[in-house]
Amino acid sequence: METNPVQYEELELLLSDLYKRYGYDFSEYSKASIQRRVQRLFTLDKFPSFAEFRFRLQNDSMYFRRFVEEITVNVTEMLRDPSFYRTLRTTILPVLATYPFIRIWHAGCSTGEEVYSMAILLKEAGLLHKSLLYGTDINPLVIEKARKGIFPVSQMQKYSENYIQSGGVKDFSSYYTANYHLAKFDSALTGKMIFSTHNLVSDFSFNEFQLILCRNVLIYFERDLQSKVFKLFDYSLENFGYLALGSKESLRFSPIADRYRQVGREKIWRKVHEAI
Amino acid sequence: MKRYKLLVIGGSAGSLQVILSLLATTGGDFPVPVLVVLHRNGVFESSLEELLSVRTGLTIKEVEEKDILNPGIVYICPADYHVLLEHDHSFSLDYSERVHFSRPSIDVTFRSASDVYGRGLIGLVLSGGNADGADGLAYIRNRGGVAIVQDPLTADVPYMPQQAISRMQPDFIIPAEELSIFIRGLVQQ
Repeated sequence: METNPVQYEELELLLSDLYKRYGYDFSEYSKASIQRRVQRLFTLDKFPSFAEFRFRLQNDSMYFRRFVEEITVNVTEMLRDPSFYRTLRTTILPVLATYPFIRIWHAGCSTGEEVYSMAILLKEAGLLHKSLLYGTDINPLVIEKARKGIFPVSQMQKYSENYIQSGGVKDFSSYYTANYHLAKFDSALTGKMIFSTHNLVSDFSFNEFQLILCRNVLIYFERDLQSKVFKLFDYSLENFGYLALGSKESLRFSPIADRYRQVGREKIWRKVHEAI
Repeated sequence: MKRYKLLVIGGSAGSLQVILSLLATTGGDFPVPVLVVLHRNGVFESSLEELLSVRTGLTIKEVEEKDILNPGIVYICPADYHVLLEHDHSFSLDYSERVHFSRPSIDVTFRSASDVYGRGLIGLVLSGGNADGADGLAYIRNRGGVAIVQDPLTADVPYMPQQAISRMQPDFIIPAEELSIFIRGLVQQ
């Protein structure tokens, strides 16, 4: 049986290399998770030793690109946690409807399934025409996929069930065209989306939003980095705007917690005071 | 210093009764912190902690990210997340791909816990219809931890313990009804 070839100290060394060489700072990612991903890549690409893995990453920027693609977690689905989307429909969108123009940021959007989910909700609320959805991720490969709006047909049954549970009353298949094993989503949805790479660790706020969604991203960050990202979101959120997190994430221990109020039982918080 | 820092239990179909009788106490805490990786099927989503708490008399807590492992608590992995352990003894949650069609996956938690606790870890694989846990248990044993498998003859669904036994040489294969006494004896020695 294999033993653990990438040791904890080696991981730290590797992450320090990558920061110096490429400017990507993974040093405040949760170690157990990133170690597991690095280990997976190391095994997958059959490196004979850690030294060779390290050398390749130092000297081959294309391989570093692969590293970023493989190290980040890109598991997502449409309308995941239907009760969350139901709350968006019933509680959040009616408030957003009062704005002349709606800006929403999906931070760490991966392949974009949540952005498309949101666009469907906005369309059904009659708000899509005055909305703009920004999807960002550290990984350029998933951003390319998100732009295309093409997802496996095999997932549509599950998404359709999520859709109905989230309060959808239309035929979910009316939102896409199926072709063999792929489903291409309506360009009317895509037309309201802007996708870009953005690194939550190092990049700045780029706009002001009424709603920011960042679900199942902060679980990969250590506490100090979580705090930094919460401040970035706070800075990017209009007063009375909303911040939505994953089902196991919380604003509770963050430095901005005292200026936010949770909306019902879902992981959605409303900003009630500006920073002083 | 006590050798054992953590007992990780991996269970799937047919394991809940075994977990209940294993943890059932006559008062006081379980003598070692426990982390339970149970494949949930949605039926006891919300009531699992309550059920375990009522039936075992122990403090049961669903793992939250950044919680620090605390003696005297039995931790349960949340549905739909992998659970990892950090070197500072805190938990991390992970929403990456399923492993053996499972999230939480027993292999994922076993490996991560072994990276942190090494020979201070006890791994236990219980009843189930899945190959999850076998690799993780082998990993635990390779790093000096103790590998225990429920005797498949006493398992409602013997496939998972059988897989573990066929993949590796466990330290102990113990019938369901003796697991409680055996493990308490091990950690209190």
